[in-house]
Amino acid sequence: MLIYILRRTGAALATLAAASVVIFIFIHLIPGDPIYVMLGDEATPEQVEALRTRLGLDRSLPVQYFYWVGNVLQGDLGTSIFFQEPVTRIILDGAETSLLLATVTMVWIVLLGVPVGVLAATRHGTWIDQGLSGVAMLLASIPTFWVGLYLILIFAATLGWLPSSGYPSVFEEGGISNLRYLLLPSLTLAAPNAALILRLTRASMLDVAKEDYVRTARSKGIRPRRVVTRHILRNALLAVVSAFGFTFAALISEAVVTETVFALPGIGRMVVQSILRRDYPVIQGVILVIVCLYLVINLLVDISYRFLDPRVELE
Amino acid sequence: MLSVRNLVVSGGKGSAQIDIVSDVSFEIERGKVLGLVGESGSGKSITSLAVMGLLPHPQLWVRGGSIELDGADITEEPPYLRVERGHGGVAMIFQEPMTSLNPVLPIGEQIVEAVRVHDGSTGVTARNRAQELLDMVRIPDARLQLNAYPHELSGGMRQRVMIAIALACRPQALIADEPTTALDVTVQLQVLSLIRELCDTFDMGVLFITHDLGVVSELADSVAVMYGGKIVETGPVERLFNTPLHPYTAGLMGCVPDPSAGHRRFQTIPGQAPKPGEITHGCRFAPRCSHAQAICSDDAPTRVTEGARHFAECHFPISRGA
Repeated sequence: MLIYILRRTGAALATLAAASVVIFIFIHLIPGDPIYVMLGDEATPEQVEALRTRLGLDRSLPVQYFYWVGNVLQGDLGTSIFFQEPVTRIILDGAETSLLLATVTMVWIVLLGVPVGVLAATRHGTWIDQGLSGVAMLLASIPTFWVGLYLILIFAATLGWLPSSGYPSVFEEGGISNLRYLLLPSLTLAAPNAALILRLTRASMLDVAKEDYVRTARSKGIRPRRVVTRHILRNALLAVVSAFGFTFAALISEAVVTETVFALPGIGRMVVQSILRRDYPVIQGVILVIVCLYLVINLLVDISYRFLDPRVELE
Repeated sequence: MLSVRNLVVSGGKGSAQIDIVSDVSFEIERGKVLGLVGESGSGKSITSLAVMGLLPHPQLWVRGGSIELDGADITEEPPYLRVERGHGGVAMIFQEPMTSLNPVLPIGEQIVEAVRVHDGSTGVTARNRAQELLDMVRIPDARLQLNAYPHELSGGMRQRVMIAIALACRPQALIADEPTTALDVTVQLQVLSLIRELCDTFDMGVLFITHDLGVVSELADSVAVMYGGKIVETGPVERLFNTPLHPYTAGLMGCVPDPSAGHRRFQTIPGQAPKPGEITHGCRFAPRCSHAQAICSDDAPTRVTEGARHFAECHFPISRGA
């Protein structure tokens, strides 16, 4: 088991190294120059050159890359060109919002997707199943920003039940009740993903229900409910769990949109703004952190898979 | 003990409804093995699922007839209801030992599950019973193997586990649906002799489904031959093999290569088995039968008797006509 985890971690680190190169190259391929963004069009060539030298942008790309990687390995993601603040601090500022948003969203996805998927599968062919599958199809197809805007329109603007934007930290005034600011964003973010998990759970349950071992379970005389939970669901979850890794990837890209729609001070919105400002260190840093998170999540999925499915070998 | 009377299993909807099994009757007695023989698609497996109460609704259902176990009507009663209502057990082992066990649960748990339901015992008692069952089906190191997962066992071992699960249900009748077809020849023999032995030890009735006549002649006390969803001939094993009445039975036996006879070529029955609902008039075997005459495709054949308990449905039974 330990060897398995070590090997998977090694593979993850190799992926991370490759990703860092790709991130670096692609970000420097974005047209535009941060110097002009900072100084404006009227800057003199001398001012431009001085700032370029100060930021180290005059060196060749490989040199810049190794300079950056060297600092990253020491825990320094660089300094934001725009804010003149350490990137680590900027990321930490947005981390609370984004991590809480992601967590609440995952809770919605698991709580809505899996049980409703099971319900649809056990009512296979009835109007309940058709209704649920139809709603899921709809939610999976509607763009995130549209869902977000309508939730704001209904629950914030018209009914006034929930705040429409922003997020004060739970450590500030209001405490844990500030989570209500994340209710609409998390539902927006969860909608398409919960819909996918619902459909996957349903399809997977229906597949497994045809398996010979489910017939064996029935022949033993155990109750239908137990056949569903212990034999069908248990096996159907294998496919669902492996989908959580992909779901997380989808969450990241959709979080960018959601954080923008709800004006949340999270990492996603920070990336968008930093791209517009050509703030290379921030973009690089944030994407590197996201890649790390993604690798960790997938590592956890692989490890949990090993516990769920005894057929997965340790090697 | 277990009697199936005029069983009709149907499938399809509305005007497309067809009978997949029609008018099937047989008896299974304690301590005896009834071999149910036929080609693929003859309705053997559907019959066995109907007896188990495991027909896949709503695609298939029992349209007529009855299944009784020791006098209690268990038609269309799924196993869990049989347990609740205290109707005796029918257990089943399936054709594919590779896929018939849940891959993510240790075999011990899968046996214990059945023990709990049928013995009402739990915890250590149930686990000890599971171990005892594994011993009974001759799995070495039973205590250790309780923790094994299905993928860690060979096909033969898995089929033994399936038998252990079936025994945990304390069945009066055991249905074995081609339990050895997927196994190696040497393993086949071991599993067959195990089934016969358990049948004698526990005085269980066994319905043994196969297309292998050799197996039937070794194992069964009596035989029912199925064709196109009907039982065309039934009788004690020796008499049916020595003096088959139905041309189909004779044809099936002609298909088994006999080394002593020195045949150079395998004999075959020309044509294909009919699809369900394809033939509704007369004898279903008529289009492939070398003895068939005009009446065969018009009128359903009547039952002919050759001594006690040996019947066939044929207009021109062979052994008599010959």
